[in-house]
Amino acid sequence: MEDRTLSADDINDGIRKLADAIRDRTGDSPVALVGIRSRGDEVAERVLNLLGEEDRELAFGMLDISLYRDDFEHLHDNPALQGSDIGFAVDGAHVILVDDVLFTGRTIRAALDALSDYGRPAKVELAVLIDRGHREMPIQPDYVGIALDTRRLDHVLVSLEGSDGSDQVRIVQAIDSQSS
Amino acid sequence: MARKDLLDIESLERRDIESLLDQSVPFKELFTRSVKKVPALKGKSVLMLFYEPSTRTHSSFEVAAKRLSADVTNFDVGQSSITKGESVRETIETLQAMRTDYVIVRHKNSGLPGVIARHTKASVINAGDGAHAHPTQALLDAFTIKEKFPDPSGRKVLIVGDILHSRVARSTTMILQKLGVQVAHLGPGSLVPKLNRDVTRFTNYEAAMDWQPDIVYLLRVQMERQDVQFFPSLREYHQLYGITDLRLEQIRERGLYIMHPGPVNRGVELCDSVMDYERSLINDQVENGIAARMAVLYWLKPGSEQQDP
Repeated sequence: MEDRTLSADDINDGIRKLADAIRDRTGDSPVALVGIRSRGDEVAERVLNLLGEEDRELAFGMLDISLYRDDFEHLHDNPALQGSDIGFAVDGAHVILVDDVLFTGRTIRAALDALSDYGRPAKVELAVLIDRGHREMPIQPDYVGIALDTRRLDHVLVSLEGSDGSDQVRIVQAIDSQSS
Repeated sequence: MARKDLLDIESLERRDIESLLDQSVPFKELFTRSVKKVPALKGKSVLMLFYEPSTRTHSSFEVAAKRLSADVTNFDVGQSSITKGESVRETIETLQAMRTDYVIVRHKNSGLPGVIARHTKASVINAGDGAHAHPTQALLDAFTIKEKFPDPSGRKVLIVGDILHSRVARSTTMILQKLGVQVAHLGPGSLVPKLNRDVTRFTNYEAAMDWQPDIVYLLRVQMERQDVQFFPSLREYHQLYGITDLRLEQIRERGLYIMHPGPVNRGVELCDSVMDYERSLINDQVENGIAARMAVLYWLKPGSEQQDP
């Protein structure tokens, strides 16, 4: 099977779908979009731009989950920190965590831990641009832009305009992916 | 690239230094949260091995380790029995048996942290050894300077005091030079050695001021090490090299920053009014010390390749 790609249009449709679903579900109540670095922050920002035309309270934040990972033992170098920026009061907020790709769910587990160190949100939801399956934790998204069928060992490589210069997704087959 | 130990500044590449300084920023940002702790070193153990008394460096490391969720143990070592090689070997064996992940060492003998590092799998951080090195002090100093001068290259730092016996002077001079900062030393002639040819040397305060530094960095006068008198009296030291009220006025007019590794001997290195001077960075240094030490602990990898001597 050939490598597959998703175009800039697919990505824009996915982001629009996220914004529409969030608008439908949350009405005009205040929400805070928190993007997980890197690239989750850009997805959150673009969703926010689509929601921004509305007359309601929208907050934005960025979360770096590096210090909350569960795999330090297996890393040769600890991941470089990019820092978090949560400029709103997390206590009592309705937070929507935003990431580019949902895979094992471990990043989201870490993000929930990181977020709780800023305060106690009233509600936390999860929005992902791409859900590629293969969860290793009991974590499911509330909003999905693109549902992608992948094998466990495939690589899903996301480029976004702001972070990488252009919008594109490549699904690269693992060389040995017979057993999916 | 991760490494096992941090023993001095010499062995750090400029990119290692810049990465450690960059990484100190997100750690400092954590201090504004209600929960200042992160789980990065959960389940790891940090042993504090201080053969020389130290309140500030000790507690700074302890806070840094605890904010990374590590478990901290103080290994109480008396002032006495340690200088013999034998007891150091015993200590190393004890460390191995305790399977500690990080060891923070301060010792009056230069090079002792390096000896421990070579004989243990634990990551060793030198918290000051003799007149040799104090690398985390250098990192926090550079971090503090970078907060004021994001591109410190070409800036001028004047370090004042007993350069000869100061590991702070040695390590901080080294790190600043690696970052392209110009460094000058000021102090009594016998205490200002020719460290290297890139350091400008002064023995006269006014001449040093004509060099137009951006930052005046005062070393602590080591009262406890004054068994040999290198200058006649503390009062005279203050008059010759200290920041007096009169000199503070000139410093204020020029907008210079003042730094000091602490603890300050008021009336010796500086007069009381310096503590209220708006460009004194002494408290910043304390806070930044915790962030810089967190960055070091997070960077080192215990058990990784042992470094060659």
